[in-house]
Amino acid sequence: MRRRLLLLVPLALLALFAAVAWWRLASPPDNVIRSKLEGQKLPAFVLPAALPGRAGLDSAAFVDGRPRLLNIFASWCVPCIAEAPVLLELERRGVTIEAIAVRDRPTDVAHFLDRHGDPFQRIGTDIDSKVQLSLGSSGVPESFVVDGRGVIRFQHVGPISPADIPTILAELEKAR
Amino acid sequence: MIARFALLLMLAAPALADSNLPPSEWADRQLPDARQEAAATALMEDIRCLVCQGQSVADSDAELAGDMRALIRERIAAGERPEAVRAWLVERYGDWVSFEPPMKPLTWPLWLGPLAILAAGAWLAARKLKRPK
Repeated sequence: MRRRLLLLVPLALLALFAAVAWWRLASPPDNVIRSKLEGQKLPAFVLPAALPGRAGLDSAAFVDGRPRLLNIFASWCVPCIAEAPVLLELERRGVTIEAIAVRDRPTDVAHFLDRHGDPFQRIGTDIDSKVQLSLGSSGVPESFVVDGRGVIRFQHVGPISPADIPTILAELEKAR
Repeated sequence: MIARFALLLMLAAPALADSNLPPSEWADRQLPDARQEAAATALMEDIRCLVCQGQSVADSDAELAGDMRALIRERIAAGERPEAVRAWLVERYGDWVSFEPPMKPLTWPLWLGPLAILAAGAWLAARKLKRPK
């Protein structure tokens, strides 16, 4: 009797394997990489202006007591186009948005802003993704809610959709 | 037919998810100091690409992986120890970014599992191989 039961062990293992495979294939793990810097100070950085005539961006700009949205975008990033009108709407509602343009050229940034609107206060240029990497960001677009003391409060990965506006506004309010 | 297909393939442009800028200076260039380059390469093979998540930054063609290689080379050329660079990345992206899992309670099964399975196998084999009395 005991031997018989022992023979069922491989079958049970197979069933377990099939169940796990089924589960993971049906609901693949979330492969979004979140920054671990939520709740921590914004890393120090100084970025030159992404286009002539505009202010560059440095981390010191984030400690004036007002919460802000830090948007990481690029002119070559397609989802950023979808996000552009939402950022304009946020700006219309009084949100201060600072930006970092990743791996971009001044002419391309200017063209992008002409075409899709310019909700940004300052735009720094991050030619070699260094500041993006120091923020724990893994792609464009991404946005960070930074409080008035320069602490990262919230990270949004991917384009901000109209449905995300209440969340972003609530996080900015919490960061006040 | 095949020639036409080949021609079509040549004309096809990959989906553009990359910038128009050239790769970073140190993305694909070796450091002049061979020892530093060896240390940097070893670390690159151990750091996961954020875009092609199964690949190391040494293997990945993604632009961000190039920028991460450049970052690793520059930091090591500046005299930083590879483990310090790894820690800097882990601080930002979590243990996930390193292919070398740390030893902590959550990862004990990962480290001890194979040993336990080996021991169980040895025990089974020993029992089977024992001469019947």
